[in-house]
Amino acid sequence: MPGKLKAKIVAGRHLPVMDRASDLTDAFVEVKFGNTTFKTDVYPKSLNPQWNSEWFKFEVDDEDLQDEPLQITVLDHDTYSANDAIGKVYIDIDPLLCSEAATVISGWLPIYDTIHGIRGEINVLVKVDLFNDLNRFRQSSCGVKFFCTTSIPRCYRAIMVHGFVEELVVNEDPEYQWIDRIRTPRASNEARQRLIFLMSGELQRKIGLKVLEMGGNAVVGYLQCFDLEGESGLVVRAIGTACTLEKISTFPATATYPSNSSPSKDMKEPGFGEETPGVPLSSGPPTPLRAQTFSSFSPSKSYSRQSSSSDTELSLTPKTGMGSGGSAGKEAGPLKALLRQQTQSALEQREYPFFTLTAFPPGFLLHVGGVVSARSVKLLDRIHNPDEPETRDAWWEEIRQEIKSHAKALGCHAVVGYSESTSICEEVCILSASGTAAILSSRFMQDGPLDAEHRFEEVVSPGCGFCHIPYDELNIPFPAQLTYCYCCRHYKVPDVLFTTIDLPTEANVTGKGCLIQARLCRTKKKAQGEGNATAISNLLPFLEYELHTQLMNKLKLRGMNALFGLRIQISVGETMLLGLASATGVYLTALPSPGGIQITGKTPSDITYEQHISNMQKKINDTITKNKELYEINPPEVVEEIIGSPIPEPCQRSRLFRSHSESSDEVSELDLSHGKKDAFVLEIDDTDAVEDIHALLTDFSIPAGFYSCNTEIMPGIQNWTSAIQMFTSVRVFRLNNANLTNQGLNKIFSDLCENLLKSLYFKLRSMVPCCLCHLNFTVAIPEDELIQVAVTAVAMSFDKEQSLENGKQSGEKTLIKAITDEQLQFNLELNAETSSSNPLSSPKGITMEKASPLPEGRSRSLRSNRSYSGSSVAVVKMTPLSFIPGAKIIRYLGIINMFFIRETTSLREEGGVSGFLHTFIAEVFAMVRAHVAALGGNAVVSYSMKECVFMENPNKNQAQCLINVSGDAVIFVRESELELTSVQPQSATTQTSNCGEGT
Amino acid sequence: MSVELDVFVGNTTIMDKEVYQLWLNGYTVNDAVKVRIEGGVMEECEASAEVLLSDTMDQYRTFQMCERLLHHPAKLANQLLFQIPPDRQAMLIERYYAFDDSFVREVLGKKLSKGTKKDLDDVSLKTGITLKSCRRQFDNFKRVFKVVEELKGPLVENIRQHFLLPDQLARDYAAIVFFANNRFETGKKKLLYLTFQDFAFCAGQLINNWTVGAVDNMMEDMDVDLDKEFLQDLKDLKILITDKDLLDQHKSLVCTALRGKTNVFNEMEANFKNLSRGLVNIAAKLINAKDVRDFFIDLVEKFIEPCRSDKWTSIDVNLYLTHYTNSAHILDTFKYYAVWTRTHLHAVVHLMNIRPDV
Repeated sequence: MPGKLKAKIVAGRHLPVMDRASDLTDAFVEVKFGNTTFKTDVYPKSLNPQWNSEWFKFEVDDEDLQDEPLQITVLDHDTYSANDAIGKVYIDIDPLLCSEAATVISGWLPIYDTIHGIRGEINVLVKVDLFNDLNRFRQSSCGVKFFCTTSIPRCYRAIMVHGFVEELVVNEDPEYQWIDRIRTPRASNEARQRLIFLMSGELQRKIGLKVLEMGGNAVVGYLQCFDLEGESGLVVRAIGTACTLEKISTFPATATYPSNSSPSKDMKEPGFGEETPGVPLSSGPPTPLRAQTFSSFSPSKSYSRQSSSSDTELSLTPKTGMGSGGSAGKEAGPLKALLRQQTQSALEQREYPFFTLTAFPPGFLLHVGGVVSARSVKLLDRIHNPDEPETRDAWWEEIRQEIKSHAKALGCHAVVGYSESTSICEEVCILSASGTAAILSSRFMQDGPLDAEHRFEEVVSPGCGFCHIPYDELNIPFPAQLTYCYCCRHYKVPDVLFTTIDLPTEANVTGKGCLIQARLCRTKKKAQGEGNATAISNLLPFLEYELHTQLMNKLKLRGMNALFGLRIQISVGETMLLGLASATGVYLTALPSPGGIQITGKTPSDITYEQHISNMQKKINDTITKNKELYEINPPEVVEEIIGSPIPEPCQRSRLFRSHSESSDEVSELDLSHGKKDAFVLEIDDTDAVEDIHALLTDFSIPAGFYSCNTEIMPGIQNWTSAIQMFTSVRVFRLNNANLTNQGLNKIFSDLCENLLKSLYFKLRSMVPCCLCHLNFTVAIPEDELIQVAVTAVAMSFDKEQSLENGKQSGEKTLIKAITDEQLQFNLELNAETSSSNPLSSPKGITMEKASPLPEGRSRSLRSNRSYSGSSVAVVKMTPLSFIPGAKIIRYLGIINMFFIRETTSLREEGGVSGFLHTFIAEVFAMVRAHVAALGGNAVVSYSMKECVFMENPNKNQAQCLINVSGDAVIFVRESELELTSVQPQSATTQTSNCGEGT
Repeated sequence: MSVELDVFVGNTTIMDKEVYQLWLNGYTVNDAVKVRIEGGVMEECEASAEVLLSDTMDQYRTFQMCERLLHHPAKLANQLLFQIPPDRQAMLIERYYAFDDSFVREVLGKKLSKGTKKDLDDVSLKTGITLKSCRRQFDNFKRVFKVVEELKGPLVENIRQHFLLPDQLARDYAAIVFFANNRFETGKKKLLYLTFQDFAFCAGQLINNWTVGAVDNMMEDMDVDLDKEFLQDLKDLKILITDKDLLDQHKSLVCTALRGKTNVFNEMEANFKNLSRGLVNIAAKLINAKDVRDFFIDLVEKFIEPCRSDKWTSIDVNLYLTHYTNSAHILDTFKYYAVWTRTHLHAVVHLMNIRPDV
């Protein structure tokens, strides 16, 4: 009996009228946990009842505490007939089971009904008394902390990163049980909601047990998903990274900014906990395999260059770091190999050396190989024992093995930024997994202090170290061109890097980044069973290949050389496959400058055709030049010498394009300003290719003042204000014309995404200058002829005065000097501090005042309109990021993981599908905020909407929607308030290191 | 091929003031889009008509969802569905309850009944305000009326507290409620020169002086009704015109005071008895509900018009009434001092003040 749960029902408000005669309600409340139910008295004739109940006490096993939600039902008492349910509240009491999280749940929670939505609020108090249970064979895992955040949470430091944990539970879907034919939609929805709550609880408990077994105390990067398989069941699965975390109890009182040479110190630095996650990357064009599962690698080229230290870019790299990095690196060569082996063996002991983290403590991520991914098509109706998890476990195991072997092929022993997903259509299910092959430091993976030995690992310059190839130069798993690193010039780097992780904070980046998306739509024939699965399997490699080609082209078009946060989503429908790849493109200083794009025609004899080609070529070149200016990519010109014999470019075969490297002489004519790089060649051999190139060029340009990325942070922007706006936008597009070609579909799909983005920019225009961060697109094919796109992101404004540190050259054009004296002074002061500590900032503070991308007056005044979002009473901020600009997270209160179903049989009356979904999403937000507030929090970080399943039947006037959201409830304190309490001149430095500062 | 569903939900509810105003004005989505395009927002933000349409529809939907809450502004502050910063909430409420002077002039003093609501299409035609907007304004009047009708205490304060309106708007609503409750006739042709603000000023004066609440805030009764006792007392003022001595005495006192101070002294002197009779008769009849309704029309006919035909300026009227009031105090046998004071005739001047030349 190791736990006592206590609940008290205080009051209700805004209840709906349940008695038409009196326009009032006789409400009472049932409080249920497990099989025990308590009731309050009936509070007659009121819409604002004051029950003020006694404490209802449940004495339960902690196992149940973890699995079960507390279920509160508000009913209307009816003397003569059955009591009518008003609505329910499910309370996840998990946050109360952990001593460091919340201690009490208290507040107004929305009463939710799956048919009517929110119907008033109820004020409750919930507490838990836990007794210690030292039983070694216990089934519960109370006390293990869960975080959705995919980096080390801000007020903790990692002592140890244990590794991958996963679990999967299966149950019959209530919607498909026989009883569903006779029960009401409400009963069915509630059964489903409750079941998913139970399964999530069970899953979390089981994962917690695994963590305890590994000796950890927390799960970071916890990703839970559910698969609605239909007849075969309902699967809830989760993955995460087990860690041992230690709370940082004091504020950084004496901290100095960690120097680059000793990352281990950084770790103990209290300030570390709040640093923005740093991330390494890798690249990979998918190499399709024939089998049902296949995966992708990354190709690379490389160049070396001579140093010219007076260049801007170089001066950004701390000199000391570079120097020591170089020399120590050489000496440590053999030792390093040894150590790598050690680490490797440590990792190999693990079944899967996977990490769901996308950002890492300094010094943890050493090198990045590239993106690895695997997919597999399965038939759900072939599961022998659908109620048991074995089959699905086996499926995932297969995929994970595949990923592991791909990583190995890239010379890496670990996979970071790892995630898994599914797409289901009828009985076909595509399982996907992807991550970034990497080499990690053993520091967080072995017990015992190995500090001395580890010293040498740290010498790798943090700004470029992760770019250095992890694989053996002479034994590259794919054709690639290597150069010496443009930062340290000691190690080889690839020419392009694709990764699924966030941009490491310490990375040296030139200019700004931007969101890059590849979108693809492929028709397929309607088919059944095996034939369908085969058809899909056959299509997948082409889909991935083309997505990759698109990404590569768009990356080059922007003059960038690396992708971060790459996420490829493949969605299957009955007559088509959708592919959406999103990533954030950046120019990594360490990597060579990308060559241009050259188009060649197939029939060079035709003069008009040639003209056409050269026109297009000109357009492409113009676009590249324009983009370079836009994103402030001005790498210093350097004389290059190609080392060794360049390995021939990969000949990527495809129907549409052929890419191969040309020698620089051939291209020089066209390759105007892109250095003497090899150009990326697009061969136009049919009309499809023409259209593709056309599409490439007609990509909508971002309106002035906006930036976008799908990662946590945007390189080149540091001075965030506190104005943030999280939003979700959903669009469903109906294809009425069934006979669309692939090209036509592509265009529709691409326009859908572009138009959605355009709308977002327009909606958020008052926040300019601003950056849409963590733009997370999800696509689905809810039914034939429907395409659904959902986006969740956060818009954050920043002070543009300081934003363009690197924009010395391109900034000139857009300069606006309408800055008041005080502002200027302020900027300069701040900048002076910044430049000394932040490797990203320009050493010449004076350049900043010029670098405004936008007319000053307008943006200023617009933003001031919005600056309300300050500290009013019950405001709860939500953000998909792991931090809140200008604020410090002082406490994590627990994970928020909520699942809701909403159904209507009066769709028209509720404003049609848009009205219905609009209300529902607003309700979900409201419930998340209310639960966070009840936990005592004022924000949700790492928020995500993991599922939004929308089904409609307009003819029957019906619609149904399922939404699953998650995030971490936190308490944050404004940096400005902190400064008042702690007397330290430190804050400025801390701020800049955060990238998340508001001023 | 069509966008079937298109929603945008922000954690902080985004509301564009301009679109809100268009919505309040009863524009259809398409008309609103046209207005916005003409307003140049497209060039400013590099948007397309499509984007504008999507945004407008989305905003309209948000407003419709909020409308329920705006009917009970206090709920807006403690509802959980929309996270709206307080300053935005205030803006939403204020604009929702704002009304067009031309509209209110049409319904001022009318019973806020279904019948009146049915006639709103005529009002809409006449004023050029969309029917939708007319209905919203009418429903606002009715809602405020219903809530404060039964409440005790000061009218303006009640309105301000229940509807969270700014002071001036609360006063205007008090006037509307007061007029609707007493059914003052304001639509007659002779009264058309008066604006809503003119009436609102008078309403303020009447509320402050002629209601039960005016003498005693703690009283059971409320600000919306005229003080019956007072109206009863007004009958006693008749002595001012029926008693010939008193009338003459009053006249001589006023004339003495006015002599040399105005260009229209002769007309004042000649008309004194007429005017005084007019005023006192109006007062004496106020005990009948029917005559209360005609209060303003009577004032105009019996007092304002004679003055106007004699070319009095508003300064003249003011002067005249000041002395007319003050002199009564000195009258030997006039014992209705309290009642007299409370009549507060200066309000009448206002009827003259605004457009003395009409």
